[in-house]
Amino acid sequence: MKKTLILTTALTGFAFAAGAEEITVMSWGGAYAKSQIEGYHKPFTEKTGVKVISVDADNPATPIKAQVEAGNVTVDVVDVEYPDAVRLCDEGLLEEIDPSILPPGADGTPAEEDFLDGAISDCLVTTIVFSTLYGYDSTKFEGEAPSTIADLFDMEKFPGKRGMRKAPKTTLEMALMADGVAPEDVYEVLETDEGVDRAFAKLDTIKDNVVWWEAGAQPPQLLADGEVVMTTAYNGRLFNAAVGEGQPFVMVYDGQVMDYDGYAIPKGAPNLERALEFLVFATETEQLAEQAKWISYGPARKSSAPFVGLYQDGKTEMGPHMPTSPENLEGALTTDYEFWVDYNTELSERFNAWLAQ
Amino acid sequence: MSDASTVPDQTGPLKTADGKPLKSALAAAQAHRTRRAFYLVAPLLFFVLITFLLPIGQMLTMSVNNSSFYSWLDRDTGEKIPLMVELREWFDETPAGTEPDEAAYAALVSGLVHARDVKAAGQIGTRINYDVSRTRSLFTKTARKAPKMEPPYKEALLDADEDWANPRLWGAMRNASKAFTIDFYLSALDRTRDDQGNIVKIDEERAVYLLLFKRTLIMSALITFMTLLLGFPIAHLLAILPLRHSNLLMIFVLLPFWTSLLVRTTSWIVLLQSQGVVNDLWVSLGIISDEGRLQMIYNQTGTIIAMTHILLPFMVLPLYSVMRPIDPSYVRAARSLGATSWTAFRRIYLPQTIPGIGAGGLLVFILSVGYYITPALVGGSTGQLISNLIAFHMQNSLNWSLAAALASLLLFCVLLLYWLYDRLVGIDNLKLG
Amino acid sequence: MTETAGTNAAPFVEFRSVQKSYDGETLVVKDLNLKMPKGEFLTMLGPSGSGKTTCLMMLAGFETATHGEILLDHHPINNIPPHKRGIGMVFQNYALFPHMTVAENLAFPLEVRGMGKSEREANVLRALDMVQMGSFGARRPAQLSGGQKQRIALARALVFEPELVLMDEPLGALDKQLREHMQFEIKALHDRLGITVVYVTHDQSEALTMSDRVAVFDDGRIQQLAPPDELYERPQNAFVAGFIGENNKLEGRIEEIHDDKALVRLKTGELIDATPVNVTKPGQDTLVSIRPERVEFKPEFFDPGAHTIEAEVLEFIYMGDTFRTRMRVAGHDDFVMKCRNMMGQPRLEPGQKLPISWHMQDARALEDDRAI
Repeated sequence: MKKTLILTTALTGFAFAAGAEEITVMSWGGAYAKSQIEGYHKPFTEKTGVKVISVDADNPATPIKAQVEAGNVTVDVVDVEYPDAVRLCDEGLLEEIDPSILPPGADGTPAEEDFLDGAISDCLVTTIVFSTLYGYDSTKFEGEAPSTIADLFDMEKFPGKRGMRKAPKTTLEMALMADGVAPEDVYEVLETDEGVDRAFAKLDTIKDNVVWWEAGAQPPQLLADGEVVMTTAYNGRLFNAAVGEGQPFVMVYDGQVMDYDGYAIPKGAPNLERALEFLVFATETEQLAEQAKWISYGPARKSSAPFVGLYQDGKTEMGPHMPTSPENLEGALTTDYEFWVDYNTELSERFNAWLAQ
Repeated sequence: MSDASTVPDQTGPLKTADGKPLKSALAAAQAHRTRRAFYLVAPLLFFVLITFLLPIGQMLTMSVNNSSFYSWLDRDTGEKIPLMVELREWFDETPAGTEPDEAAYAALVSGLVHARDVKAAGQIGTRINYDVSRTRSLFTKTARKAPKMEPPYKEALLDADEDWANPRLWGAMRNASKAFTIDFYLSALDRTRDDQGNIVKIDEERAVYLLLFKRTLIMSALITFMTLLLGFPIAHLLAILPLRHSNLLMIFVLLPFWTSLLVRTTSWIVLLQSQGVVNDLWVSLGIISDEGRLQMIYNQTGTIIAMTHILLPFMVLPLYSVMRPIDPSYVRAARSLGATSWTAFRRIYLPQTIPGIGAGGLLVFILSVGYYITPALVGGSTGQLISNLIAFHMQNSLNWSLAAALASLLLFCVLLLYWLYDRLVGIDNLKLG
Repeated sequence: MTETAGTNAAPFVEFRSVQKSYDGETLVVKDLNLKMPKGEFLTMLGPSGSGKTTCLMMLAGFETATHGEILLDHHPINNIPPHKRGIGMVFQNYALFPHMTVAENLAFPLEVRGMGKSEREANVLRALDMVQMGSFGARRPAQLSGGQKQRIALARALVFEPELVLMDEPLGALDKQLREHMQFEIKALHDRLGITVVYVTHDQSEALTMSDRVAVFDDGRIQQLAPPDELYERPQNAFVAGFIGENNKLEGRIEEIHDDKALVRLKTGELIDATPVNVTKPGQDTLVSIRPERVEFKPEFFDPGAHTIEAEVLEFIYMGDTFRTRMRVAGHDDFVMKCRNMMGQPRLEPGQKLPISWHMQDARALEDDRAI
């Protein structure tokens, strides 16, 4: 089994064959990868002389799983979502990272305290906090505009099609919050069968008016095309369209669901030492702040906040656009990874069945 | 004829002039040609073996692979460490549905301690989590406490979490205790095992795969029919036009082939979306009102339209290649014999195009059964096909065994259809070009 | 067009000033007039591209006439679709339906006419017996030899008892021996059934052996319409003379002309006698055509008082039933004389010089239209 996997993946592996003093980092592409190249890769090369090769994947967890299982790993550092990191870590596909190698923050706070709660796990060091929130096209609403998560589900007050992520995660949470569940109670409710029924019942009220999206690039496009009047999206993507491209999009932070995403090292990475060196470097206070200048994702270290300045256009203050900024945290929810690792299978099945029916 | 030695012996097997049996002489004479023929196809054979048969074999193995609860692969040493040995022994000795006794709980605790030592608790939990929710954290948390547990173990475990008494959990562990399982196939058919190990239907609200298999087959059949409906007249026109005209028209047919699949699919989005070109046109012509814009994408309609367009060449080409050599004199003969043009078409022309219809239909059907990108982009929620759920389990839930089981079932469906086709029409009646 | 015997009877098939053009620029068929009595076997003969097949297709209804009228049994059929014309047709490639058995092929025309099953079967059997293929009903066309296919195609065209049968080079794909045999069978069927046949071929021997009359086509026109013997012995123009059988041609100018006698001065200066066909006055350019088998070299057979001409033997070819002697006559190297291989027939030696001659009726002075 293993040998055959090696044979087949070897064919695809040649493309990434790395030299001695270079490392390969796999990420998600697009504006996000660009922010990493500017924030981490270039400064790292400047400092150490080690070249950083950036490769993209739709969801890096998938190729990493394939590579490690085939025993033919070509990637040194991989950018994965938190729950994927936990699962891959469980399956022994990622190197464990000793938190003691992470330096204290720029203000001297020890790393374990400087990082947000739970941001350092066995195999992952979080770099950013991103959120799934909803935004709308301001030209579509004269008079009152949507302002709460409940408005997303209010077809009477705000008629028009909605864009929603085609996955249970974040969608169910938003449905419950729109139904009046306080953010801190969401997962407790969702653990019960009645809670799940309640979330789906809420989704039923808009099901016929939803355009489902899968890739992060889709929702801004749907909004721009006028296909939907409001849509959930990753906050960075909406920011990019609204500020970067000047689209008339407005983001609603109420009911936003925040997630961690960060760096991990696949088991059997060809340049383990350099990979660790890169990981430590990238998650330092200054570097995290540097990346945040390129995209509106919040740095995982508290100490980075003062260093975040202006957006690359030189005039937009990044602070208010961070999901983690205090005024945006009202009504916000942080994903419970334990919950999703435990319930993803069941809720995905239910969600897929609900969708197909 | 006077030379007796050259006359073959009529009583025995035929022999050559020098007395060797004719059959072996023939075989020897042809061995060289056979060998050379083999060398010629060897590269292709090797290629097919590596890129086609091997992955299919891998997929089939993966679909019954149940090793997560059974063994742990230490990636540093490459060693396979057996897991839950004592508990598996207990399962082997007791029939399904047995109430777990103290021995079973003791075996479980020792298994958890061992799993914690080799860091396999998460893997075990993930596997059981496929069947029973919330068990991954149950396993990892309990494994952390396990080394400190003391007899009686049943009490200790229930103290840690009362879910350990859940009969469904024990049933799931029993199912997971074999190295190979058909349980993924059960899941793929919306079936599961109850506490007693009996196969039962899954809850109505979680059942999705059979529905999607059915939808995939029906939609593929519909798409095949649509391509036939649209492709037949085109292919006929191509076949009867003089070559220089038909070549030009053929370019239009082949144009979609030369365009990227993504470009074609996104073009359909631009055309069909509710603020799209088609709707805009109809609104401006007054056919529909601005409020009454038709939803032609992000649903089954969108999937059918886009896939019909994309797969059309696969219908036209085999049809064309079958129609081109059909001599016009057949239809003329039928007309001269008294048949109306419709009868001549139905009785004479159509039957002769059956090999093309069969080949095109089979091709389009098999391609659409496995189509993934287009329904993912334009299918919305109701236009999804089974392939989209396979992709979901490959990329999202990372449950590759279930993905493999679904894919194997799909493969089996296609093979079944192929067999049916062979029985009904005959595979030698297939003509691709 | 010369009216000849046979057309005196009431015409069954008639073409009236029919013209056909495919591209609107050139005419494939130019002003065709033709009358055919019932029961006649008429062959359209001509090189490819001469318009004969187009004429057949217009008659069958697969092509429409650009101008003019086609009448069948006194009714214009220009606007009648092919399946209502009731014309049997045999195609060059037989056009047997490959997905049907022989019996189903034969039953097809009966079926579309709504004939009952038992009656159909009886008719199919009768038609198969007619072509001596009674035991082949269950076979597929692919399992038949060329000659067998030919017979089935014939039977299928006849099974619904049409009064007119069209055949488009039906024997073209057969080898020589089989072809000759089938010619005989088709002719026999025609005589027995009394059907009217229009037969298209480019093989002149086929045309000559089978037909009541032959229409020689060239350049979209009928060049001559006549019974075979007349066509062979009295070609009306240089094309027909050249196309039908072998011919020696001598170029010259009319010196003197009387009612049935012309004196021709050849380019090399010799004088010969000929029968004028379509030449009218002295001074006209002419081609004198003489069949090789009508050339004489033994003085005892010469016409008394006829001119002779000097010939030099170039080659002597033994052909079994005949001897073929190629000689130089009046500056032409390809003058051929054919004589029967009979007892005592001398074999001429190359290099031998001798006078040759012929009967005046056998030398036909035709208008030399090559320059036009």
